[in-house]
Amino acid sequence: MASGAKPRVKVPKTAAAGDTITIKTLISHKMESGQRKDKEGNAIPRSIINRFTCDFNGENVIDVAMEPAISTNPFFEFEALVPEAGEFKFTWYDDDGSVYEESKTIAMA
Amino acid sequence: MTLLKNTLSAVAVLSIMGAAVSAEPADDTLILNEETEMVTKTAAPSHLSDALDEIYSGWLFRGTETRAMQADDFDNPGMIFVEQAEEVWNTPEGSEGKSCASCHGATDSMAGVRAVYPKWNEATGEVRTLEMQVNDCRENQMGAEKYGYTSGDMTNMVALISSVSRGLPINVAIDGPVAETWEKGKELYYTRTGQLELSCANCHEDSYGMMIRADHLSQGQINGFPVYRLKNTKLNSVHARFKGCVRDTRAETYNPGSPEFVALELYVASRGNGLSVEGPSIRN
Amino acid sequence: MELTRRNALLMGAGALVVAGIPFRVSAAGEDAIAAFTGGADVADGGDITLTAPEIAENGNTVPIEVSSEGAAEILVLAMGNPTPGVANFKFGKLAASRAASTRIRLAGTQDVVAIAKMNDGTFAKASSTVKVTIGGCGG
Repeated sequence: MASGAKPRVKVPKTAAAGDTITIKTLISHKMESGQRKDKEGNAIPRSIINRFTCDFNGENVIDVAMEPAISTNPFFEFEALVPEAGEFKFTWYDDDGSVYEESKTIAMA
Repeated sequence: MTLLKNTLSAVAVLSIMGAAVSAEPADDTLILNEETEMVTKTAAPSHLSDALDEIYSGWLFRGTETRAMQADDFDNPGMIFVEQAEEVWNTPEGSEGKSCASCHGATDSMAGVRAVYPKWNEATGEVRTLEMQVNDCRENQMGAEKYGYTSGDMTNMVALISSVSRGLPINVAIDGPVAETWEKGKELYYTRTGQLELSCANCHEDSYGMMIRADHLSQGQINGFPVYRLKNTKLNSVHARFKGCVRDTRAETYNPGSPEFVALELYVASRGNGLSVEGPSIRN
Repeated sequence: MELTRRNALLMGAGALVVAGIPFRVSAAGEDAIAAFTGGADVADGGDITLTAPEIAENGNTVPIEVSSEGAAEILVLAMGNPTPGVANFKFGKLAASRAASTRIRLAGTQDVVAIAKMNDGTFAKASSTVKVTIGGCGG
């Protein structure tokens, strides 16, 4: 699923230093669990995103180990501290070695 | 007597399939993206006055978490497919080197379109669904291949076109040149099919609000189509849903895009006149 | 209703459906807990909250939220899935709260368990039973 995985993130454009902000992320991915069978009865191999990270100016916000029980089109919502202006970096790691990245800058209000 | 018999038989079938308990539609208000209040419950259109007092969006028959997922575009996974279609909208295709945008401009220009489809096409003298119109554009304006009627590409495009009409009231015409098709759709709606001998009306008019096994039966409104189903995690089109319903009565179904399903879509859409366009909505 | 052969068959099928699908549980879940806690005994309770629906309309997409004020990480397990692992949330220096929401798959009615590993090395645990429904006439 190296193709077709498209990240979406929702981050406020501005914040005051020290603010808590809510971040939402969603990436299109089928998250093939490895538990399903095709029409011929053969097991469909597992193919999932197995890790998601969010960092801000090089400091970690959250690091999630993901298993096949995470739904299709993985969604996360969490809160981050914004100490200064800078850039959020979001990274998703696929079983097939692909890495999907997205970044969002945030300015001081 | 026929009516009584029909009702009894529908109740019997529902009782067999699960406890025939009734649960009211949710008492809830859908506000999209904290700004657009949607009409999910309103007075039935006059042509339905003998059958129903009020019409309800399927949104009101879903659980709390499912309802919440539809209230925000970021939380709504159906919007992933709308975004994919937005790229297609702007990408030239076919022998004419045109994209949808070449003629129509930004997708905002489609606001209001979903609300009035299916509608009469004067040039061809037929009732057209949005899918038929999309394929007409592809074939005759773009010189591109037609999409499969219920294909992902088609359903995503219909979802994009629906998305810019969200909040506008469904308002399909039922008289004039479409009257004949509408009557045909109405007849299909009340015709029992399959080994279970169920019509659309048995479940969605006589029995909405009841539990059919673990499912809360809705009025079968289509204002939320295309719908993102939690069950298959993709967008589902009106005719694909019709096919599923008819199949579940254990009948041979009509084909998506067939004159029968076009007529049925026109009729079912008209039963929702006054509800807000919701597509892409979230259902179970 | 007339008790014809067909109706009797249908009623039989109906009874099975009403009885529902069995509560699912696997031993692998307990193993996963032991691996996370290093075998320490973890009782329910403490500084952790798991929010999950009582009834999920479909097991494919079940929204959950975990939160714990003092956690360094939170492990989420679906005790009745073929493999119980769901996710492990590790909170970094810039996490404003030790809380996260996601959407998960549940193979059937079962307990979802969240275990927080605190900064001081202790653990807290919460669990919630989620009933997974099996749809309408289509199943």
